[in-house]
Amino acid sequence: MKFSENWLRSRLPLQVDQATLLERFDMIGHEVESVERLGEGLEGVVVAQIVSCAKHPQADRLQVCEVDAGSERLQIVCGAPNARAGLKAPLAKIGARVGELTIKAAKLRGVDSSGMLCSARELGLDADASGLLELPADGVVGQALAAHLGLPDAVIDLGLTPNRADCLSVEGLAIDVAAAFGLPYKPLAIEPVPTHDGRVLAVELESAADCPRYCGRFIADVDMQACSPAWLVERLRRSGLRPISLLVDVTNYVMLELGQPLHAFDADTLQGPIGVRRGRAGETLMLLDEREVKLDGELLVITDAGRPVALAGLMGGFDTRVTGATRNVFLEAAHFAPAALAGRARRLGMHTDAAHRFERGVDADLPRLALERATSLILEAAGGTAGEIVEAVEAAHLPRRTAVPLRRSRIARLLGITLDDAEVERIFAGLDMRVERTADGWQVTPPGRRFDIAIEEDLIEEVARIHGYDRIPDRAPGGALATPALPENRVSRVALREQLVARGFHEAITYAFVAPAQLEDWQLADGAIALANPLSAELAVMRTSLLPGIAAALVGNRRRQVQRVRLFEIGRVFASGSGAPIEVERIAGVVCGAAAAEQWGQPWREVDFFDLKGDVESLLALTNSREDFSFVTANVPWGHPGQCAAIKRAGQVVGHLAALHPQVCRALDFDRAVFAFELDVDAITPRPVPLARALSRFPSVRRDLSIELSAAVPFAAVEAAIRDAVGETLADVVLFDRYVGEKLGGEVKSLAIGLILQDCYRTLTDEDADRCTSLAVAALQSTCGAKLRG
Amino acid sequence: MSDIEQLVASALAQIAAAADSAALEELRVAVLGKTGSLTLLLKQLGALPAEERKARGAQVNAAKEQIGQALAARKQDLDAAETQARLSAGRVDVTLPGRDADRGGLHPITRTLERISAIFARLGYDVADGPEIEDDWHNFGALNFPPDHPARTMHDTFWFADGRLLRTHTSPVQIRAAKGRTPPIRVIAPGKVYRSDSDQTHSPMFHQVEGLLIDETSTMADLKGTLREFLRAFFDRDFEMRFKPTFFPFVEPGADVIIRWDLPDGGSRWLEVLGCGMVHPAVLRNCGIDPERYSGFAFGMGAERLAMLRYGVNDLRAFFENDVRFLRQFA
Repeated sequence: MKFSENWLRSRLPLQVDQATLLERFDMIGHEVESVERLGEGLEGVVVAQIVSCAKHPQADRLQVCEVDAGSERLQIVCGAPNARAGLKAPLAKIGARVGELTIKAAKLRGVDSSGMLCSARELGLDADASGLLELPADGVVGQALAAHLGLPDAVIDLGLTPNRADCLSVEGLAIDVAAAFGLPYKPLAIEPVPTHDGRVLAVELESAADCPRYCGRFIADVDMQACSPAWLVERLRRSGLRPISLLVDVTNYVMLELGQPLHAFDADTLQGPIGVRRGRAGETLMLLDEREVKLDGELLVITDAGRPVALAGLMGGFDTRVTGATRNVFLEAAHFAPAALAGRARRLGMHTDAAHRFERGVDADLPRLALERATSLILEAAGGTAGEIVEAVEAAHLPRRTAVPLRRSRIARLLGITLDDAEVERIFAGLDMRVERTADGWQVTPPGRRFDIAIEEDLIEEVARIHGYDRIPDRAPGGALATPALPENRVSRVALREQLVARGFHEAITYAFVAPAQLEDWQLADGAIALANPLSAELAVMRTSLLPGIAAALVGNRRRQVQRVRLFEIGRVFASGSGAPIEVERIAGVVCGAAAAEQWGQPWREVDFFDLKGDVESLLALTNSREDFSFVTANVPWGHPGQCAAIKRAGQVVGHLAALHPQVCRALDFDRAVFAFELDVDAITPRPVPLARALSRFPSVRRDLSIELSAAVPFAAVEAAIRDAVGETLADVVLFDRYVGEKLGGEVKSLAIGLILQDCYRTLTDEDADRCTSLAVAALQSTCGAKLRG
Repeated sequence: MSDIEQLVASALAQIAAAADSAALEELRVAVLGKTGSLTLLLKQLGALPAEERKARGAQVNAAKEQIGQALAARKQDLDAAETQARLSAGRVDVTLPGRDADRGGLHPITRTLERISAIFARLGYDVADGPEIEDDWHNFGALNFPPDHPARTMHDTFWFADGRLLRTHTSPVQIRAAKGRTPPIRVIAPGKVYRSDSDQTHSPMFHQVEGLLIDETSTMADLKGTLREFLRAFFDRDFEMRFKPTFFPFVEPGADVIIRWDLPDGGSRWLEVLGCGMVHPAVLRNCGIDPERYSGFAFGMGAERLAMLRYGVNDLRAFFENDVRFLRQFA
């Protein structure tokens, strides 16, 4: 809501300076978004009238004007296209400052010029630089422009919250400001204009719930050439509205002043009766902006003899608009229910000041007052005669302003402060609310303009707001404690993150929506949920995996010359389900480049599958349940078919680890090996709370085996065979060497395995250890086809 | 010179000349070993007459003692020299870089969320959670946003074809957390939220932390006290804080929290850092909580905003570019 500070001050005996006023706006909930000071330093700029214009002898674009500056006549050379005899415009006299310029007597292409006629932009009043600022004909020649325009002034822009439509008018704001400063507010005195008999249109309220009050009036013989008065134009301009014509200006002005939107029809295009009803399928209406709207039962229309002529509360129709040729006007002021307009403007892709107000709620008692106010302004400027106001009203549907009970005890209960009754009553009275005492508090009746007061808490907010939020003390909550349990049966996300961070990973956060093509490159598009209104095609579907996002981030970093990239992310992935979408939290990582940071004592080696597997195993180790997990050969569409493992916990797949498939790398436009893993957080985090067991007091024995077996047998099978065969005595198995090579013919590998044997109850003898070793060797022979090496 | 004296003199000379402990050991064996020269003299004692044996025995033993001492002294010297030599050989350049010292880092937003969570954990708040794909009821309806209400236009919403949406704030977690629980309730809900808005100061995805406290005594004064404590703890310093009235459909009264933030040029300005208010009775009822008996407060904050202030990040977009050079600063 933009408005002129001077306008507001004219309505109140406000003594405070601007800074105090602005601060108070903030502190009563109307955020000051901007303040623009106007017309400072206009000394030496006066209202002048061009007496005559002659062509400049040397320049086509310039005119030599004789200008009446009140006390003197001056010759001014001017290039503005609208400079013409009779026009009143601002004149910066010699010595005046216009922007950065100090006006001096000058010769322009050989002709003397004793000042400068100015545009609104040159004076810093407006952005309009198209020509001279045209001042109204009633401007007093010679008067200082600042005095004429009521300057200096400031344009204050408030960011009003949607519940405070009552402040979308200067009068509404004045009431709030008066209450905040404890000042008296006197309502605007609006007298009914004298009326004449004339045409009367009947009004029928077909949709009384949508429009419980409709007022209209004829104004005959309006001079459409009449100009808006200067003060009105200035107030409009400083409220962000461009002056257009008297009728438009007046309806806009009354809307800004009182908050009631008005609409003017060319009365001669109307037959009557006027109606208000919902639109019907098949009907169309051409709007003022020459847009054709298809009507339906959602849209409320004004009709003339049954034909839609305006979108109620949104925009007038084209056929019945006021034009330069209009002589007779039908002025409408109605109350439309917020529910009848809510969301309609947005649906039609339009935003109008009228809709903005009606959606939020306009005082149902305003229409008649606003009509009188507008009529008197029109008659004053453009003559004409006013007819009686016709009013159709369905009292049953008018918004009811019922008294809201407020208990004294609830104020303290909610705010934590106790206020004197007198202070509470003063606050409500200041806000134009009726207050009656009851046994335990008050009954408070809000005025018709306040649509935001329905319950006790709304009243308490008003009390707090005007009393001042600053006056509520800071206290520590004293309520009952409910210390949350600290579960220990899950690995925390903090621990997962710290583990990867300690291993050199940086955490990334990528968007949860990705390009569909990106998912297709990874063959992960199945079940992806598309947004109905994405910002762009790049952010159009919800990710089904974290990998495409962090892999893209990895490639981005390589492009920025980071050679060794290790990234991880924890976040949700999404897929359509039978009912609600399925959301799963995942942890994923990608690596490329060197296995370790470059170091003088370590040879450079490119990262491989087992580097990342180690990272993953270190994560799984956080569960202290390593034996729950297994890695099995698997195939995922984005993975290298020979370097891909499914990770299982108790038989369930909980994630994957793989080298990226060359095709995926190609889609990423990346030619180096990338390794990636992705795990379900909920599946990998359960862990037992540690339970201490007695330690064996007896020493362990180690026996090393060297075996040869087919290269195709996975190590997991070897380990399982040994564990099964040896049983409880086997404390651990260590693979300490592995060789696959030409010496063995390629099809065969050799493994060197250490068996750590220990018993809880006694020291193992050599015979015990030999027996265990034989069991292991036998099992390896029978299940893995392994033989002992010499 | 007697044969003993000769033997001692020769042994002492050889001991003094021994180059290392191995040579010394050889010497020891040659003189004092089983078949050593002095040992032989000792063995020959038995063959001597008694009167001679005593005097010679004393001589041999004195020689043995003397040589033994010399051996021990020389050994000590040699050991010390050898240790010294080993130490010299083992000298390293301690300024050379170590191995595998590389560490990654948490994302600054995570760091911020964890910091916020840690502070509220100290105040007894539990962490709650909800889906990111929400339904209209939890994101809007239950929070007192009627359909088509202009308040909804403050939330540029991403929609799905089935009418679901990406949550526009973490406030729906209030509903999910409070429903079915009996006060006292103290929860916070950190998480991702989405608005269809993208420019220099808006990201279509960002992070919020919602807080909710419901009990039988809480007031707006408690809310002010809680948030002042939080802000002081988060920024690790004191500053002016003010509440100013504002409107959120799910609280009444509602407030924006502003703090006076010092600028590098020595000035300061008021910055909005939080939104909050007393939970609206309609919201309490939607959670099955009796607003006559219980009251509560809710607050919400943007993690990016707090992270930018805390860590001096000037560009919101940096959080989602995942440039390791940026992330490294938060290791």
